[in-house]
Amino acid sequence: MSEVVKSGRRHGVMRLVDATGYRLPLAGVVSILHRISGMLMFFLLPFILCLLDKSLASEYGFYAIRSLTSGWFVKLVILALVWAYLHHFCAGVRHLFMDLHYGLDKHTARKSAASVLAISLTLAALIGLKLFGVF
Amino acid sequence: MANNNIGPKRLVVGAHYGLRDWLAQRVTAIVMALYTVLLLVLFLTGSNFSYEGWAGIFAHQWFKMATFAVIVCLLYHAWVGLRDVWMDYVTSNVFVRLVFQVATILWLVACAGYAAQILWRV
Repeated sequence: MSEVVKSGRRHGVMRLVDATGYRLPLAGVVSILHRISGMLMFFLLPFILCLLDKSLASEYGFYAIRSLTSGWFVKLVILALVWAYLHHFCAGVRHLFMDLHYGLDKHTARKSAASVLAISLTLAALIGLKLFGVF
Repeated sequence: MANNNIGPKRLVVGAHYGLRDWLAQRVTAIVMALYTVLLLVLFLTGSNFSYEGWAGIFAHQWFKMATFAVIVCLLYHAWVGLRDVWMDYVTSNVFVRLVFQVATILWLVACAGYAAQILWRV
């Protein structure tokens, strides 16, 4: 890191730490969150399957999952997964439209990126409130 | 001959697996999105939220098959995504990247096997 700061220029491939020095535009924020949410779901895939397994295996398991998911930590993990799915879904739909050459100009791309963040965060917040029993 | 490699008519070479994976990632994404809509419809029109209602959905053979097809789509989709991530960030050592990629495949195949077991045991 210090080497980068001192010399100002480093040859070769950009490293992850080099990327932290940039202030990302909204589309960039959506892009990196698309990655992070995808990786989160990838790593928690066995946990999701485990919930499905226990909930389907027996009536006892179904109610055991209910009591397991009433703990605040498990609720927080589930909320993280809900957000990840919503964000990945919305950003993915934006991706598909861009693949069809819709909304590629800077202004529209910024607006769609803001929409992705607004929709996914609002829905995640609503589901979070429901999950923690606010309404 | 050298001019064929630049400009709009450049000579395209390679195995085209870049296009194949790019397309596969989009097609699998659409399949998973449709399945999400199906789940939402089942949830919003559902009335029996007990164990019988939940297990009843998975009792249908068509639903097991559809779910498994989506799991396979997820496997391919996640493989392309994770491969991109490892290609972008694990750059200093090709062997380390290979280890990450193989681990990703094993992880996904194992999860797909687990999913098959869950589905056909109901």
